[in-house]
Parts: sequence; structure tokens; C-alpha cells
Amino acid sequence: MTLVQRLHNIPAVNQSPALRAFVTAAWLGWQIESNWARPFLFAVYVIARPISSVLILVIMYSVITNGATGEPIFAFIYFGNALYILVNSVVTGVSWAVIEDREHYRVAKQIYTAPMNTYAYLLGRGVARLIIGSVSVLITLTFGVLAFRIPLDINVLLFLAATIFGLASLSALGVILGAVTMQTARLQTDLGSLVSGGLYLFTGAIFPLDVLPSWLQPVGYLFPVTYWLEVTRRALLGAHAARFPTFAAFSDWGLIGVLALMTALLWLASGWVYSAALRRSKEEGLIDIETNF
Amino acid sequence: MSNPLAIETQDVRRIYKIRGPKTKGEPTTRVALDGVDLQVKRGELFGLLGPNGAGKTTLIKILATLLLPSSGTARVDGFDVVRDTEEVKRRISMVSGGETSGYGLLTVEESLWMFARFYGLENKVAKDRIAAMAQIMGLEERMRAKISDLSTGLRQKMNFIRGFVTDPNVVFLDEPTLGLDVQAARDVRGFVRQWMDDHPDRTLLLTTHYMAEADEMCDRLAIIDSGKLLVCDTPANLKRSLQTEAVFNLKVAPLGAKPKDGDLLEAVPGVSRVNVADVNGHTELALTLRAEDALPEVLAYLTRRGSSLIALEKREPTLEDVFIKVTGRRLDQAADAEKAAE
Repeated sequence: MTLVQRLHNIPAVNQSPALRAFVTAAWLGWQIESNWARPFLFAVYVIARPISSVLILVIMYSVITNGATGEPIFAFIYFGNALYILVNSVVTGVSWAVIEDREHYRVAKQIYTAPMNTYAYLLGRGVARLIIGSVSVLITLTFGVLAFRIPLDINVLLFLAATIFGLASLSALGVILGAVTMQTARLQTDLGSLVSGGLYLFTGAIFPLDVLPSWLQPVGYLFPVTYWLEVTRRALLGAHAARFPTFAAFSDWGLIGVLALMTALLWLASGWVYSAALRRSKEEGLIDIETNF
Repeated sequence: MSNPLAIETQDVRRIYKIRGPKTKGEPTTRVALDGVDLQVKRGELFGLLGPNGAGKTTLIKILATLLLPSSGTARVDGFDVVRDTEEVKRRISMVSGGETSGYGLLTVEESLWMFARFYGLENKVAKDRIAAMAQIMGLEERMRAKISDLSTGLRQKMNFIRGFVTDPNVVFLDEPTLGLDVQAARDVRGFVRQWMDDHPDRTLLLTTHYMAEADEMCDRLAIIDSGKLLVCDTPANLKRSLQTEAVFNLKVAPLGAKPKDGDLLEAVPGVSRVNVADVNGHTELALTLRAEDALPEVLAYLTRRGSSLIALEKREPTLEDVFIKVTGRRLDQAADAEKAAE
């Protein structure tokens, strides 16, 4: 019996509305993400997509540097790019669920009249993309290590701590974007994609933050993603990562501390923003609005 | 529960902002509900009858906690829909007609199970209830079918199972037979009536613009038009209120040129109300007379207008007649007017 099945079998009276909504929404998200193709085709998609994406970057890098993939900057770029798959997956996964429910499946009325915690529901809807994103990251990193001999120097504890706080902060960011998406009746582009694309430039994903003009660098300091990318690089690459440190003044665990604090603040903010957005949607009649995009 | 009212609204108003670019002088707001006072008793199957755009769905959305009223208060099962949202949601369900909604990639069984979980049903209870209701609705053969493969009628039956599987205290049915064929609509109405008979303490609020449906199903109903509740009573009492008058349907040859002022059919002595519609080369008159002996005057008037009688039928008043009496227009005309106003 899987964990999800075991959770489902807990009688409803013993299960909080939030846990029930989260688990069931996670199941739904997985059906949506995985059910569009036969399992073999889906597996090919999950494996081939991230590798082909990262290869584009590798080829560009190789052309510019004449194939210097042994340089520390290559590991910096490669790992940053691989980890950034999760930013896209999680942030977009949560906010896109709002659009899907309202516009594509047209079930917003049923969802928002159900006696469940819709904040937890949204988080749950993001889980499937988080899982698929995590698999993509793992495949991409493994490919990098095997194909380009990127040297690993793993600090397991640091990696786990970074991953927990990193995913938590990304989920909270996804809920905030989902809340904003609820207010946009005519938004034809996924806000999550726009934001994750924008963050790509300012969070040290593919180049160290100090490459940016000094007046632009503080933008990166505002986002937990920056701290998560840096500390995860340190956790996986060890000394290799130290060649291009973004927060040289911070120790590894100092960075975890900052990341934890920012994650806590972002979670508080996401709860407040979501409640405010839900109320405004009810005031303006936006919950089940359909724009037929 | 001591409160005998399942639904209660007091002076509920809802004003929508009109979105999109507007030319100068165009209104920026639209009043969807204008001071609605409504009391629905526990155990009633209550109907809201009105044309499209009259405010029925807006009222249901407020009661179902999807929309906030601009002013006024509304209570469902004793709880305020604004302050006690979660308590209200635990006690209600909502099924809308004409829905093409649903996670099409899920099977019927999966979708129903999922919503039962969202509503907090224990796994086994959910599965048992879904199986029982699927049998009642004649859907048991299609439980493994993907939702995207279902016809509109079957999809609506699935929506009904979703709405009733949680055993709600108050059910909102918003145009439940919209877009259904005759048999599917009959099945749905039969199910609703049976459910009410089996659960005499539950309450059902039905919106419809089908007069016959409201007449057949509802214990009491209210007519709503342009956001206002105009009358509220049992269908029988509403129709009885017209029985001091005589109602005729006349089919006549097309009326000649429009008469000058003062020579309108409405001005013929004894005529209470008249509704004129040109249909397939002839004219149909829905005529309400204060007394039957006014009919010769009407026939004389038709002759003056160059028309002649093709068929005449005296009939019992219907809800359509009640609607004409309280709004001054037929339901389809009201719907056209609402559409034009939007």
C-alpha cells in the first residue's frame, strides 16, 4: 500500500481538512501531469526533456569556451541550470493550477464550494510537478556527472536542509503567484512562467550574482531562490563551488539560517496574500470567471 | 435544528462592475440583485423562476459562498454566508446545468471519489455511496469511462451524484436540466423529487427558466426579474390569483397596420393583459380578460384590424400568465431584454 493510499484510508474525521485537501489534490495533480500519454512515452518525456534543454546550454558554453567543461564555471552553470528546473516546475505548477481549474476544466465552482482548505489544495496541486521536476533535476545532474565528469563533493546534511527550505520557499512563492493569478481575468500567459523566467537572471542561476551591476545585485538578495541555489551548489560541489561564491561572507549554515528565515517570512506572506486574494475574488466575482483563452 | 429556515436573505444587493472599455455615458456598474428578501423553510423544494440574467445564479453564488453580497445579509442552515463560510460549505452542495466542466482525463469513478474526499467523506463511505447513487442514476455501466467521453446527459447525471453523494442539508440546483434531452431531464427531475421525498428534512433551491419544470417540482417559488423578487407563493396559489380572470389563447390571421393611439387591443373594454407574438405567418394572442363576456368586443376589434379568428382556446392560468402579470412581459421577451441590457 502506497503512502497516498494509507493517507486516504485514514477516516475523514481523523484527517484535517488541510491534509485531506493536500493529499487528494496531489493525487489529482499527478493524474493530470502523467495521464496525457502512455507510461513509456511519459518516461521518455521526463528523461529526454531536461537533458535536451541542458544540452543547448552545454553546446553554447562549449562553442564559446572551446570545450572547457572541466572549468569550475562549467559546474557552476550546469548545476545552477539543472536546479532551476525545480523553480520552473514548482512555482509554475502551483500557479498554473488556478488557471487550469478555472479556465480549462471549469471546476472552480466545485472546488471553492468544497469544505476544504484551498491553500493546501493549491500546494497539493503543485506536488506532481515538484516530483517530475525533481526527477528531471536528478537525471540532469547524473548526466552532467557522467558525461562531463563534474566532480561531486556532497554534504548530505547541508543538501537536505537546503532542499527542504528551498522547496518550501518555492511552494510559497507558487501560492503567491496563484493568488495573483486569481485576480487576473484576462491573463493569457502563465504568470508563474513569467516570474520564474525573470528570476533566472537575478538569482545566480547561470552566472554569479557579482557579474550583475552592483545596483542590480540587491534584487537577487530579496529572493530565497538565490540563497537556495548557492547553498545547494556548496552542498553538492564543495570546494568547486567556492571558486564562484555568491555570498562569500556567509558560512554554509549561515546561509541555511538566512534561507530558513526568508522561507518562514514567505510562508507567512503567502498565507496572507492568498486569504486577501480569495476575499477579493469573491468581492469581484472572479472565482469562476472564464475568459475562454 | 431549531431554526425552521434553511435559507434566509435580508435586503441582499449585488452590484457588478462592468469590465472592459466603455464609451462615454455607458454605465460602469450593473445591479444584479436589488434588495432580495427570501425565506425558504427547511424541507422545501423552492424554485427561483426568471429569465436569463434575472439574478438567479448571482443569488445562488452568494448563498454558496462563491460571491460576496454588496450589502444585506444571507444565512444558510443558520449560518452567515460571509462570516461562517466554512460552516456553510460543510452543509451545502451545488450543481449547475449546462456544465461541460470536469477533469476530462479522470474516470467517472475517480472524479466522484475525489470530490467525495474534498467533501471529507471517509473512503469506504464515499465508495459505497457513489456505487449506490450510480445505480439510481443509471450510470453504473459508465463508471470506468473517462469524463471526456460522456454525453452531456451522462455528465449531468455524474454532476448530480457529486452534488448529492455528500448528503448535504441544502442543495443548490442552478438550471439543472439546461441542455438535456427530454429523457435525461425527466430522469433528473425524478431523482430530485425522490431525494426530497426520502429526505424530508433537507432543502433544495432550484433555479430555472422552464415554467413547466418549476410548476411540476416546486413546493413554493418566487419569480425574479431584473434582480428583484416580485412574488412568492406555491405554484397553485400563484395561478389561483389569476382565476378571477379568464385566460384565452387566440390564433388569428395577421393583424393589419398598427392602429393609431387609443385603438390598441389593451384598450378594449374588459381586456386585462395581452401578449402578441407573430408565429409562422399568423398572430398568437395570449389574452387575459377581466370577464369572459369581454370576448365579443375583442373579436370585433380583430375584425376592425382586418384579422380573423383561426382558433380559440380557453385555458387554465399557467405560471407563464403569472409571469406576464407581474413583469408585464413573457419570459422569453424578458430574457431578450436582459441580454440586450448586458
